[in-house]
Amino acid sequence: MSAAATDRVLFVRGLRTNTDARRLFACLVGGLVLALMTGPSGSASAPTSGFTGSILNPRVFGFLGFGAAIWLLMTVRHRFGDRIRAASDRVQAGPRRLFPDRRVRYGIYVVVLAIAIVYPMHLSSFWQEVLVDQVGVYVLLAVGLNVVVGYAGLLDLGYIAFYAIGAYSAAYWTGALPIHPFVHLNPFWAIPFAILAATLAGVILGAPTLRLRGDYLAIVTLGFGEIIQIVATNLTGVTGGAQGVIGIPHFSIHLFGIRYAWGINNLPYYYLLLGFVVLVLVLFRSLESSRVGRFWTAIREDEVAAEASGINVLKYKVMAFAIGASTSGFAGMLTASKIAFVEPGDFTVQLSILILVLVIFGGMGSLPGAVVGAAVLQWAPWYLREHPVLGFQQQDIYIYLGALLVVMMIFRPEGMIPSRRRKREIGLAEHGVGHADALSGTGSGPVA
Amino acid sequence: MCFTQNFSNAIVLGLADGFIYALIALGYTLVYGVLQLINFAHSEVFMSGGFAGYFVLNAIIGTGQPHGVASFGLVVLGILGGAAGGGVIAFLLERVAYRPLRRRNAPKLAFLISAIGASYFLYNLAGKEFGRDSVSIPSPFTNGTVFTVFGAQVQTYYLVIAVAALVMLALLDRLVAVTRLGKGIRAVAQDAETASLMGVNIDRIISQTFVIGGLLGGAAGFLFGLSSGVVYTMGFTPALKAFTAAVLGGIGNIRGAVLGGLLLGIAENLSVTCIGFQWRDVMAFGILVVVLLVRPTGILGERLGRSA
Repeated sequence: MSAAATDRVLFVRGLRTNTDARRLFACLVGGLVLALMTGPSGSASAPTSGFTGSILNPRVFGFLGFGAAIWLLMTVRHRFGDRIRAASDRVQAGPRRLFPDRRVRYGIYVVVLAIAIVYPMHLSSFWQEVLVDQVGVYVLLAVGLNVVVGYAGLLDLGYIAFYAIGAYSAAYWTGALPIHPFVHLNPFWAIPFAILAATLAGVILGAPTLRLRGDYLAIVTLGFGEIIQIVATNLTGVTGGAQGVIGIPHFSIHLFGIRYAWGINNLPYYYLLLGFVVLVLVLFRSLESSRVGRFWTAIREDEVAAEASGINVLKYKVMAFAIGASTSGFAGMLTASKIAFVEPGDFTVQLSILILVLVIFGGMGSLPGAVVGAAVLQWAPWYLREHPVLGFQQQDIYIYLGALLVVMMIFRPEGMIPSRRRKREIGLAEHGVGHADALSGTGSGPVA
Repeated sequence: MCFTQNFSNAIVLGLADGFIYALIALGYTLVYGVLQLINFAHSEVFMSGGFAGYFVLNAIIGTGQPHGVASFGLVVLGILGGAAGGGVIAFLLERVAYRPLRRRNAPKLAFLISAIGASYFLYNLAGKEFGRDSVSIPSPFTNGTVFTVFGAQVQTYYLVIAVAALVMLALLDRLVAVTRLGKGIRAVAQDAETASLMGVNIDRIISQTFVIGGLLGGAAGFLFGLSSGVVYTMGFTPALKAFTAAVLGGIGNIRGAVLGGLLLGIAENLSVTCIGFQWRDVMAFGILVVVLLVRPTGILGERLGRSA
């Protein structure tokens, strides 16, 4: 081999082992993928048109530049990160809570709540609808799934099935389904029944499968989500079949001389939903710091140790699963009554994944994370869609969400607004202490 | 009685479906063997195989109607194309969605979530780039009844699936049993830490295991696409059922995956004649739940790292 060739080989080998070079390569590839994601669509007859339009196009340089900029940022952080971190450690020694003073935190909650109450009044009716149907309901769903994924560390991929059960129970108890109950209820009175039905479904599904190794739960719930949709589509005599059922009544109050009926206007639903979300948040917050919450933490961190300490692991796993399911059912019930319509096509697996993304993005186990994550991610696509320049296509949303999941897991598994405990756990698990999820089970075999 | 009526027909159809499930299920079982993780994105490996096979055959055949030796060659080319597509995607998947997490020793939940993200990314990107309507692969052969067994008509298509699957299964069996790579896979499955002490390059073995699973899954994608067409969402249901098959036979167990696939295919097709077409998927998931409850180790039992 000539000296030049040897040099070249050594240079290539050096590049392959050089962290900075590898990282630059990854960033540039990331830029190309981003160019592909945002580029024009192709078709089966012209499968390369999407690629040529997005990558063999001057616009690609913008994305490559973006990748290079990210690389630069990462390199700077990597090189000088220790010094930056040392400086910030000096500033805030001790527990790293963003706002250590309790009064400040409550003040922030009050301000946020005040904004949440006043701000929507000034929105157009279109954005009010987005706020209720897309943001509010999903905040509720994300907060519920947060109990399952965040608190108990279980992966539920059929979360929307419980939403469907809630929606169909609402339809049943208000008399909209082909089969009728013995008494027709006002949607408010149907709420406990819808929650009960979803909780029961959660217990029935959870009790047997939660005995098994945790990753089986993911598959079983995924299958369950499919089954619910197939059953709702095919049991025409009970559910109204594929075209769904209409005529679920809106909420109304007729109590102690107060008479109010929710109509087609969005704002009253928003306040109803806001009230419920705040209620659920307060409830879950106290649950988190209760005995049960501490059991969940223990199970998540080390199931064997939890079991050995006398915690009934199965019971508390089922409890978390059922609480999540009941929240989902509750959300389904609210939606059904608001849009007065239920159809099986609303309950796709994609929605379960979407809610999972909301929780992961915000931060597993963090209530503010779930709320902010859901609000931001649900609002952004609508904003982008309405944006005149960006030309975002709604049908591409899952490309972005999928990529977001992978990127989050690689760079920031604890989420945008992490729960301090969860963040510490993930860090510990990466150093071989504990699990940070309840997926490993207690034994090496499939039966926990 | 519905069983006797169309029994032999259901068996033939079931075996054809079952071989496809078996090929996909092997991808789950192999990866499970080395990583103890369910590869949630395996459905997209299957889908990529379907698209790759479609592009290969579409480019060669166009609107022609091949027969004879040409048909045989085209089927082989389609399978190779599908396998290549699946293998490439599986390789990239391991690199991007698994390896960075493994380096960091991330919790198991992170792997599952990252794989789900990769799956959604891949299939929706395929929908964007290749269109969202189903396309049919131009047929490399003229389908017809070859022979009849107990009143069941065995079509060319079923024979193609069965022969291709059996060849691939035999190759895999030998690969795992005798080659150096197969030994490596078994060693990592038995005890990754010890294997690495013995000089096995774990990263390379895991990557190659993904690729082998990808080759089989991609080929299955092509075979599936021959009759059902190719569309970006095609992976979801067959892959979920193949996972069921892998659990049914005993996950981590290669022969179990094949047995589970065939049994699931037959059970599903019997349920079509007995209960009704629309309940087919419910049947498969029902089997999954029952197996997990009654015998979570599967029929042949979970076993990692034995030769085949």
